[in-house]
Amino acid sequence: MSAIAGHGAAVHIERCGKTFADGTQALAPASLDIVSGETLVLLGPSGCGKTTMLRIIAGLETPDPGGRILFDSNDMTAVPIEQRQVGMVFQSYALFPNMSVADNIGYGLKIRGVGRAARDQRIAEMVALTNIGGLENRRIDQLSGGQRQRVALARAVAIRPRVLLLDEPLTALDASLRDRLRGELNRLLRSLGITAIYVTHDQAEAMELGDRIVVMRKGAVAQIGTPREVYFAPQSRFVAEFVGAANIIEAPVAEGHLVLPGGRLEVAAAENAAAATAMIRPETIGIIDAAEALLCGLVDSVSFIGDKQRLVVTGAADRPLTIDAPNTIGVKPGDRVGLSIPRDAVRLLPSED
Amino acid sequence: MRDRLIFIGQLGFTLLIAAFLVVPVLLSLMAGVTVNYFRGISSGVTLQWVMQVWNLYAGEILLSFVIAIATLVVTLVIGVPAAYALHVRGGRLSRVIEEIITLPLAIPGLAIALALLLTYGGFGDFRRSWLFILAGHVVFTMPFMVRSVMAVFGSIDVKTLDEGAASLGASPWRRFCNVIVPNAMPGIVAGSLMVVTLSLGEFNLTWMLHTPLTKTLPVGLADAYASMRLEVASAYTLIFFVMIVPLLVAMQMFADEGQKK
Repeated sequence: MSAIAGHGAAVHIERCGKTFADGTQALAPASLDIVSGETLVLLGPSGCGKTTMLRIIAGLETPDPGGRILFDSNDMTAVPIEQRQVGMVFQSYALFPNMSVADNIGYGLKIRGVGRAARDQRIAEMVALTNIGGLENRRIDQLSGGQRQRVALARAVAIRPRVLLLDEPLTALDASLRDRLRGELNRLLRSLGITAIYVTHDQAEAMELGDRIVVMRKGAVAQIGTPREVYFAPQSRFVAEFVGAANIIEAPVAEGHLVLPGGRLEVAAAENAAAATAMIRPETIGIIDAAEALLCGLVDSVSFIGDKQRLVVTGAADRPLTIDAPNTIGVKPGDRVGLSIPRDAVRLLPSED
Repeated sequence: MRDRLIFIGQLGFTLLIAAFLVVPVLLSLMAGVTVNYFRGISSGVTLQWVMQVWNLYAGEILLSFVIAIATLVVTLVIGVPAAYALHVRGGRLSRVIEEIITLPLAIPGLAIALALLLTYGGFGDFRRSWLFILAGHVVFTMPFMVRSVMAVFGSIDVKTLDEGAASLGASPWRRFCNVIVPNAMPGIVAGSLMVVTLSLGEFNLTWMLHTPLTKTLPVGLADAYASMRLEVASAYTLIFFVMIVPLLVAMQMFADEGQKK
């Protein structure tokens, strides 16, 4: 498959920031290293600077003075996008309405002076790869959203890019299609072994696709890590709450335990403190008999979601706890329940200013 | 019953208005082929007036077309890239420039002509050549080209298309030729038809700028009305019509095509 992908470059980003002409800082100077073949996801809410970072890597924006972009060891900072050999998938796809599907896919090759026969062969490869057989001669306005997305991907990969850049490629699609294409995209990126940088605001997408995730906030990098690290060991309250659901509780720590209104909760490696902030994922909280538990609370509400049920328990901590419990447990509002939480699942967060 | 009365009333009113506008046109066209207008159509039908106009004014008619085509070329070469640049750059400066380009719509043609005469009247050769009229027509028609192309750019997210082509390796010039212009085609064609039609029919400005040797079709028409028999002037109108109506029809057909899309 690597013959289809060409090769992926290692990307080195050095102190790249972006200040717009009106003085607003879209991106604080940040450095990142992306190894060859890795899929790196830039994750964050809108306005966090993730798209600006992608556009700097693409060459659509120039970084503030002092910033540098390297592909392998080539300095690309001053190279315009058309000479960077990047493949780009836009949120709106940016397919050319004046060309057929095949001509769209072949455009980058045509620009490079690839002959008709070689071009047609490459187009056929891409069509097979992205599963759009039979659509080659369609006009762009005759395609569905999902088909457009595939054509955009085929067009970007056809030129054997050194880096594949994807700017929220699934956002314009409806939910069920998005889930399906996410899986397909994941398999494709793995099999191509291409260096890919993927921008999204959807944490589920980031988890599934990313080898590593860069969580961004207000123009700065909040945390970099594997999906598991970011999910289970967030380094800030923002990351904890943005990546998945999280219970954030505030309580004093004494003798390795959080002291809570409904009892005590064991924490790993905690020093005594008058006030600490901790994070607990809803699915790590188990429901046990109140008599055997160190921590108890009252069930406030039960929502049956199908594959699980979501409980809200009050009285245990300083604020109601959300718990994702198995759908087999029989609890009802008003029940007093015991909570069992593994000590590793309770993460202390640095206090925020 | 009541609906029907209202319908008939509206229909009658519409037809009346239409007749008010159309009858003079028909009378004028008829006068152009009537032997003697004061005796009416019964005096006979003839093409002699049309022939006479052709013999007298073929030069003016030809010049009109030369100027219209030249105006079109200039507005295309300047207007399309200008519209692209204005759209992609955005910002306040672009808005100001757009407003300045649009200004000739609001300023009377006579005032524009006067300004051109004051500024360039001293350049004798330029003043005496048809290029002087061309300059006036370009100033007058440019906003129609720029606006109509910009309207299309506004509806197709041309900036992202441009970035897409750039990411695939296309140089700015190739992007412009392969992606920008083909996708702006509806606006370019609509703008072109408008420019040609306006240039052919322009009178105010042209009348001020013309010399006895650089007369266009409408100026010749005024000339004919002022100095010749009514039948000749009417025949002139007839010729003018034959030239301009197909353009108007094409414009309308094109607008309909655009709506359907």
